[in-house]
This record gives sequence, C-alpha cells and structure tokens, in this order.
Amino acid sequence: MAGVAGPRMGQGAAGGDGDDSLYPIAVLIDELRNEDVQLRLNSIKKLSTIALALGVERTRTELLPFLTDTIYDEDEVLLALAEQLGNFTGLVGGPDFAHCLLPPLESLATVEETVVRDKAVESLRQISQEHTAVALEAHFVPLVKRLASGDWFTSRTSACGLFSVCYPRASNAVKAEIRQHFRSLCSDDTPMVRRAAASKLGEFAKVLELDSVKSEIVPLFTNLASDEQDSVRLLAVEACVNIAQLLSEDDLEALVMPTLGQAAEDKSWRVRYMVADKFSELQKAVGPKITLNDLIPAFQNLLKDCEAEVRAAAAHKVKELCENLPMEGRETIIMNQILPYIKELVSDTNQHVKSALASVIMGLSTILGKGNTIEHLLPLFLAQLKDECPEVRLNIISNLDCVNEVIGIRQLSQSLLPAIVELAEDAKWRVRLAIIEYMPLLAGQLGVEFFDEKLNSLCMAWLVDHVYAIREAATNGLVKLVQKFGKEWAQNTIVPKVLVMANDPNYLHRMTTLFCINALSEACGQEITTKQMLPVVLKMAGDQVANVRFNVAKSLQKIGPILDTDALQEEVKPVLQKLGQDEDVDVKYFAQEAISVVAQRLRKLDFPVKDSEEPSTPGADKNHFLRPRDPERTLGSGERDGRLSGSVASEKTVEAVQFRGTHAAKGPAYQRHVNTRDTLAQLEIAELVHFPQSRD
Amino acid sequence: MSSSSPPPPAGAASAAISASEKVDGFTRKSVRKAQRQKRSQGSSQFRSQGSQPELHPLPQLKDATSNEQQELFCQKLQQCCILFDFMDSVSDLKSKEVKRATLNELVEYVSTNRGVIVESAYSDIVKMISANIFRTLPPSDNPDFDPEEDEPTLEASWPHIQLVYEFFLRFLESPDFQPSIAKRYIDQKFVQQLLELFDSEDPRERDFLKTVLHRIYGKFLGLRAFIRKQINNIFLRFIYETEHFNGVAELLEILGSIINGFALPLKAEHKQFLMKVLIPMHTAKGLALFHAQLAYCVVQFLEKDTTLTEPVIRGLLKFWPKTCSQKEVMFLGEIEEILDVIEPTQFKKIEEPLFKQISKCVSSSHFQVAERALYFWNNEYILSLIEENIDKILPIMFGSLYKISKEHWNPTIVALVYNVLKTLMEMNGKLFDDLTSSYKAERQREKKKELEREELWKKLEELKLKKALEKQNSAYNMHSILSNTTDE
Repeated sequence: MAGVAGPRMGQGAAGGDGDDSLYPIAVLIDELRNEDVQLRLNSIKKLSTIALALGVERTRTELLPFLTDTIYDEDEVLLALAEQLGNFTGLVGGPDFAHCLLPPLESLATVEETVVRDKAVESLRQISQEHTAVALEAHFVPLVKRLASGDWFTSRTSACGLFSVCYPRASNAVKAEIRQHFRSLCSDDTPMVRRAAASKLGEFAKVLELDSVKSEIVPLFTNLASDEQDSVRLLAVEACVNIAQLLSEDDLEALVMPTLGQAAEDKSWRVRYMVADKFSELQKAVGPKITLNDLIPAFQNLLKDCEAEVRAAAAHKVKELCENLPMEGRETIIMNQILPYIKELVSDTNQHVKSALASVIMGLSTILGKGNTIEHLLPLFLAQLKDECPEVRLNIISNLDCVNEVIGIRQLSQSLLPAIVELAEDAKWRVRLAIIEYMPLLAGQLGVEFFDEKLNSLCMAWLVDHVYAIREAATNGLVKLVQKFGKEWAQNTIVPKVLVMANDPNYLHRMTTLFCINALSEACGQEITTKQMLPVVLKMAGDQVANVRFNVAKSLQKIGPILDTDALQEEVKPVLQKLGQDEDVDVKYFAQEAISVVAQRLRKLDFPVKDSEEPSTPGADKNHFLRPRDPERTLGSGERDGRLSGSVASEKTVEAVQFRGTHAAKGPAYQRHVNTRDTLAQLEIAELVHFPQSRD
Repeated sequence: MSSSSPPPPAGAASAAISASEKVDGFTRKSVRKAQRQKRSQGSSQFRSQGSQPELHPLPQLKDATSNEQQELFCQKLQQCCILFDFMDSVSDLKSKEVKRATLNELVEYVSTNRGVIVESAYSDIVKMISANIFRTLPPSDNPDFDPEEDEPTLEASWPHIQLVYEFFLRFLESPDFQPSIAKRYIDQKFVQQLLELFDSEDPRERDFLKTVLHRIYGKFLGLRAFIRKQINNIFLRFIYETEHFNGVAELLEILGSIINGFALPLKAEHKQFLMKVLIPMHTAKGLALFHAQLAYCVVQFLEKDTTLTEPVIRGLLKFWPKTCSQKEVMFLGEIEEILDVIEPTQFKKIEEPLFKQISKCVSSSHFQVAERALYFWNNEYILSLIEENIDKILPIMFGSLYKISKEHWNPTIVALVYNVLKTLMEMNGKLFDDLTSSYKAERQREKKKELEREELWKKLEELKLKKALEKQNSAYNMHSILSNTTDE
C-alpha cells in the first residue's frame, strides 16, 4: 500500500547530501513505507523533522508528491498526516508556497472516515489563512469548488466547512460563485451533505454581506428548517442563532420567526429539544421585544411538551431565560407567564425533568426578590425538598446559597432537616458525598445550636461509613466545622467522639481516628493536640493491625510540628523507635521516615537514623501490591469489589481488601479477595485496552 | 459479569434491590434489568390532545348488501384512523376494543374476499395505514441500550398497530392489488417514512416492516432505485454519524434478496454500495447484531461477480479488528465464507496479504481467534487452494506456526497447530525443512533489525537540526513548527 511511491525518496535523502547526520532521516522516510502500521505512524509523526532535514525545495518536489501518493493508507496514519500538514506552511517555504499543501489535503478531505476528513478540513482552514489573496483565488477556491462538486458525498461534506474561510477575501465575481456552490449543497441529494451544510450555515452567514444574508441565507435556512429529515431540521435551529444576530428586528420578525415558531412545534421531539437547548442563545440573538412576543409562548409550550427530554431541556433554561429578560416588567412577566408552568413541573412525572428544574429554580429567588420568594417560591422549594427522587432534593440543597442571600436559610430549616437526614443516609454514596460537602455551609447558616442538636450525630455517623470516600470527606468536613465554630467547640463536641473510636473493634474505624487527628490537630492547636490526641495516638502504636501501626507513624510525623520539643523527645521518640523495629516492613519504613523528619525538627544528633539500614522500600516487598498501604488507593476497588462479586457483605469486602499485615489474617478471606482483585485488575485493563480504539 | 449471578426470583426482586443498595448504592445490572424488563413506550404523537370521541361499532361487513359493502368498508377504514393513547391503560377501553374488532374484520375482509380492493378504496386504505404506523419514534428511555443484553422497549399501541401491519400485508399480497393504482399513494414520501420506522426498538414491528418493504420493493419497480438510495443513506449515517440504528439487520436481510436479483454485469452503483457502504459497515460497534446478514450480502456480491473478491478482501483486511477478539472471530468466519466461493485465480491475487493476516490470527493469544483461524485447515477447498500455492503460503505461515507450537498457552491450540504443521509439511517437505533450518537465523535477523530501529530513533532524538532550523527561521517565522519539532 504505502510501498508504491517512488523509491527515489529514500535513496535521495540518504545519498544526496553525503551527510551522515541525515542518515536517520533517510531511515525515517523508509519507515513511511514499512509494513507495520505502527512504524509508519511513528514516522509520519516525525514528518516535520523530515521536511526540515530535506529543506523546503525537496519537501515541495519530493516529499509532498510522495505523501499525496500514500493516501491509500490506514485511517490512523492518514489522521496523523492530515494533522501534520496543517502546520507545514513554513516547511514548504512560507505563504507563497502554501498551495503546495493542497493536493494531499484535498485527497484526505475525500476519504470515508469522518475523523480523517474533519482533520483535513481543519488543516485546510488553517492553511487558507496563510494564502495570499491571489493564491487563495488561484488555488484554494478551485479546490473548494472541486470538492463541492465531487461525486461521492464525502468530498461535498468536507467542502461545506471551507466556504466561510475563503469567502471574505475573494473578489465579487468569485463570491457569487461560492454562494452558488453553497446553495446547491444545501439542497443536495444526500442528507449527509445537507446536514453538513446546515451545520455550517450560521458560520457562512456571518461572513456574508447583509443583503446576501437576507436574499440567500434566509431562504436556505427556511428550506433546511423544513427538510424531510429531522436531523437536518434540528441543525437549522442551531444556525438560526447566528442568522438572528445579523438581522434587524423587523427583518427577524418577517423572515426568521415564522420558521423558528414552526421548529418549536415540530413533530419530531429532537427538533423541539434543540429549540429548548438553544433557548438562551436564541433569546439573546432575537432581542427583548421578539422574546416577549414570540419566544415566551414557545417556551411555555416546551415546558409542557409531551416528551420528558424536551421538558427537561426547557426546565434547564428557566433561570437563564428569566435573568435575560429586560429589567423593566421582568417580575410581572415571570410571575404571570413563567411561574405557573414551573409550578406544574415541580410535580412532573419524570425525575429528570424535576431534577433539571431543581438545579436552577433557586436562582429565581435573587431575580424575584424576598417577597415573591417567600410567597411563591418557598412552597416549591419545600415540595422539592420532600421529593421522592434524591437528585431533586440534592439539587435544591446544593443551591441553598442563592436563597440564603435573599431570605436566609432559616425559612427552610424545618423542611431542610428531614431532607438532609434522609440524604445523609441515602443508599448511593455519591449522594451522601454531595451532602457532606454542603454541611459546613449549612452549619454556618443554621448556627451552632441547631447543628449540635440535629446534625452533629450525622457527621459522626459519616466517620464510620463503609465507603472510604465518605469517611474521608467527613474528616475534611470536620476541619471546616472547627474553623467555623472554634477550638472550644471542637474540644467539647468533636474530639471526645473521635477519640473514642480509637478503641473500636473495626480497624478501619481506628484508622479514622488517626485520619481525623491528622486533619484536626492544626485547627485545634498545640494544647488539645498534646493533651488529648497524642496519648491516644501513642497508645495505638501497639495495635495488632499493621495498617494502624504505620498510620500511627504517619500521624506522628504529621502532628510533630504542632507538638513542643519535650513531648517529641519524651513521648514520640521512644514510640517511633519502637515502631522502627517493627516486624512489619511497611511499619518500619514509615516509622523511619517519621524519625528522620522528627529528628530534623529536634536537631539532635543523638536521634538514631540508621544510615546503614536503608529504609526498605515497600515496593520491594513482593506481596506489596496486594497490601495497599494507602487506603485512598483501595477505595475505588473496594467499592467495585462489592459490586463485582455481588456480595452483600461489602463492608467486609472492603475491610478485607484493605486489611494487610498480621499474618494470622491471611486466612481464606484474604485469599479470596486476592482473586477478586486480580480479576478486577484484568477487567480494568481489558476496559482500558478496549475503549480508546474507535474502530472496534 | 452480571450474567454470572443468577437472576433473583421475581417476587424477591425489590427486596433484593434494597438490600444490595444498602451495600454500595449500585444495584447490579441483572437486578436493575429484572425490574424494568416489562417496559413499553408510546409513540411521540400524543401531544396533550383532548379525549377521543367514542367509537361506535358499525354493522358487520358480511351482513351488508354488496351495494353497501364498499361504503361501509371505507367508513370502517376512516374509523380506524382514530388513534388511542395506550400509555394510559384505562382510558377509552370501549373504543379501543371497537377499533381492534374492526381492524380484525378488515384483515379478514381483504384476505378472504375477491374484488373488494377497488380503485376508490386505495386512498382510504393508505390513509388509514399511514395514520396508524407513521409516527415520530420516542426518545429511548435507556440511552445506553445494549441490544445484546437489554430487553427492548416494546411499542405500547401494538394491539392496534400489529393488526394494521397485518392488514397492510394482506392488502399488498392480495391478488386484486394493483401497483399501478397504488403508486399514487405509496410514493417516495411514504417509503421514506416507512424506512424511518426501521429504527423502532420493538423487534416485532421491525419484522413486519421487513416483509412490507420487501413486498413494496418487489411490486413497485419505480421505487426500487429510491429505496436502495435511502437505505444507503441510512447505512452511511449509521456508520459515520450516529452508530445507532435498530433496523440494520432487517434492512440487510432485504438487501440480501435484492442483491440476489441484480442483473449482470453489475452496475457501478451497486459496486460502489458494496465497497463504500457494506465493507465500512464492518467497523460498526454492534457488528455482532447483523454480521450474519452482512456477510451474506457480501458473499452474494462475490457470487455475482468474482472480480470483486480482491477489493473486498483488501477492504476487510483494512478494517480488521485490532482489539476486539469477538469481532475478529466474525471476520474470520466471513473470510472462510468468501474462500468457499473464491476462484483460484482470485485467490492468487490476495493470498499474500490474506495469509499475513491469518498468520497473525493463528498466533493470537486469544484462543478463540487462533482456533477459528486454524479451523481453515479443516476445509477441503481451502486446503486444496493452499496446496496449490504452498510455495507462497508456507513461508508466510511458518514463523507463527512454529513459534506457537512452542509457546502458546492453550494446549488445544498447540495440538491444532501440530496438525496444521503436519499437513503443510506433507504438502512440501523440502520447503518445510529449509524453513525449519533457517528459522533461527530469521528470528535473529529480525531482532537485529529491531535493535537497529531503536538505535535510529535514539539518534534521531539526538540529531541536532539547529543549523537547518536557523536557516528556516530567517526565511520564515514559524513558531508553531518550531514548537512542534522540539516538543517531540
């Protein structure tokens, strides 16, 4: 395939210069013809290097003709080639010679594979800018015309993307021809070409003279918008945004709005969806007057469309629509013409619609002000907080800050609490995670008393969640709470509860204590850390689970800077030294790491850091990959393990996976999970290998 | 994954879900599927219209006098144009039943009576069919619908639509049916709408559509080119734009019989369809769903015109799956079907690239791929082709066969390879011995070449092209290229 091109390329480059340094280049050129696709690909990617070495003259006369001939290669190679050629102007001698690049790109623009074609068009567009006006008319425009009248649909499709780049700099006569070609593509036989033309209609309209827009683009738009295929009609809606920006209000009313009105009532839901999806852009493009007269009624219809997809798309736009209404009379319009429809959507039968609405509805409160919010919106918020679908509730809670600015969160607190509690216990951990992230905000709004009374226990429950991500988020949440409510509050409410967990039979909970201490020590300050936290940490150094022990080492390293030197010297040092002699290799490793850090802080030479005995790298341990040191890393797999094996006892699964260390634990459970993890790893790899290949 | 876990008993489904949801929030696919297995959807045509007028049963056609019959037939057809919302299972129950009974009667009427399809009835008949079946298909409520795993969403109004399709078929197949009259109503626009329905998720509907379209293609000569072109467009859109169309297998099945009827020599249009549509179609993600039909079409073409063999095989080799073993097995199956009908002269033209690919397949570490490729040696005709061209084929195959006979992990494959090697050795013992003795030297040469290549790439990295760069720079400022070259 690639081998058909002239052999002179290879030999020429190797022998011609008699220069040894160019030898690799010769081989590179040789590789362009290799049987192995990967090798050809490697070589193509170095094309600029080859061209550089050959010089502009030989690039033009030898390399480019050779490349033009290779265009029967695999799509992967062609894609790389199309991309490279877009940056080649300098390598062929600058703008005066840019047209040399057109022949290979022209062939690439006609191939079947869409990605190759698109890339070729992209490169052609880039190169068109580098042409002089004369060269553009002499070389580029003829190419566009050739593509536009090609036999097979691919070349005509590619042509659609090139009109707008050559039109502005063409002479009037040529301009007329270009318009003519574009017109005929808009009524092409094949829907693929009409789709391509419709998708470029807006872009083309922008570079046309206003008269031509009115006399030519508008009729094309009208035709495409009533095409027999809905896939064409919906693209016309997109073009409408651009066209509308160009026309005056009167022209719009007369020329465009009837068509747009039809699109909003199209029999295909896809077209109606597109109108809903582009609504904000359309609104901005047509201006306030037409919005009020034409768009608002259309929007009302979309909000009560029979397809949930359309309603959801429209619901998403509610806030933007209201925001962009003219200030004058805005409130009346929203209250009379929009709000009644929103009220209906709150109890829609489809959860995606409700969820879409919930994600924007809170934004209305700033637009409507305090009075209206309390009277009209608040009941809706409250209803949504009780919605059966957790996503709806979550979307409301996520946007509480909008309401807070207007009426304060207290108005909602009665309904908030049950909603929060329920979300806090939602079966989906992502939902729980989301609510945790809003907890500090809520706590700030609701005040410390409310928090202590109602929410504190939730935060504590999250610390023992069976999903690591939740425990982690809860830990970080605590820090923010302490920053908000102060040390004293921490000492009284949080710290004792955290420390109690150090005696929990579940080693994961014991580790959570350590993680909390890591996070909280700085916010709590030296006194609390030294008096309350440190003793617990030190006690845990004798834990039977190695994971806990090396986390003790890590914790000591972490809180070291907060402690005074006495505590370090008297209490931390002996413990670390003991851990440094631990039977477990990982515990040793982290203990020694901590020792060196602490030693630095103490600046005492008598602190023994054993240079002779290199801290054993955990990677050397042959079982290491089965024994995650870092719980973060196992999180995802632990979660998925549970799902994969279909085991109900996921908590145990996670635990067993994370459990490492004591040899007694290497029972059957341990073994079992080794297998699951292996399978999992394979599956993951299989997925990785599988997806990036577009072809298969 | 999910298939390994047994489906929960029907009654326990919901309980099982809440239990497993407590675990990690993700219900297993099998559980989720069990829940939504019985789904149906209405068409997108009910746009909050008011309630339907109630239907009253008309007198039976068989009781009417022959003068009244025609008038009554048309009245019944008009009555059946009224549509009902089947998503609402309690509304209009009486009217729905009236319509169902009427449709049944109509089906019976046109299939048992002669001379009832008179010219004046065509308009009403087609109007009734169009009113019922033509509709915008609703959005799929399962966007990542996997046709191989998931249950399809069924059409809610099937109780009526099925009878309408039934009626349509009887109408088309009736001995009284006259295409010359019908073509006024069954025109391009009608066919276009019919083709769009092939995207229906309901397999029952697609099955009816298949038969209907086949009959129309057979009876309306004037529509044939149009139908082919529209199918062409649907396929191109499927391959290059959406990768989604439910009715590909059905359309291919119709095409299979269309291709069968092509006159010789084949028109350029048909060859183009083969090379630019059918062959690229092999790249589709869901190939498994329609590969049998596709391969049938391809082989039909080759049986018509053997000179197409070379471009077809080269096309398949170009789109050979790189990572999907399941597809690779399908490709091998198709190649075997092609080889079954290949002419020896054509075989010579493609043996080299083809056996290079086969040689890669037999050494695939996926044993199903290797096994499928090795099965070629059980095919008498292929064996005879290989034997005729053993001088060409043995050197291509030898390396991989020899290597896997020593290295493949799967004992079945190794056993198969021994048999194949034995067969090949019997075909040309001398060549076999030569290849065996030169095998090691060959490997070493390859290794050396590989090393050289690595070396060259290293050199290339180090190669200072500064001088050239400077020269270029002075001539033309090329920021982009500079960064392009140095970054790599």
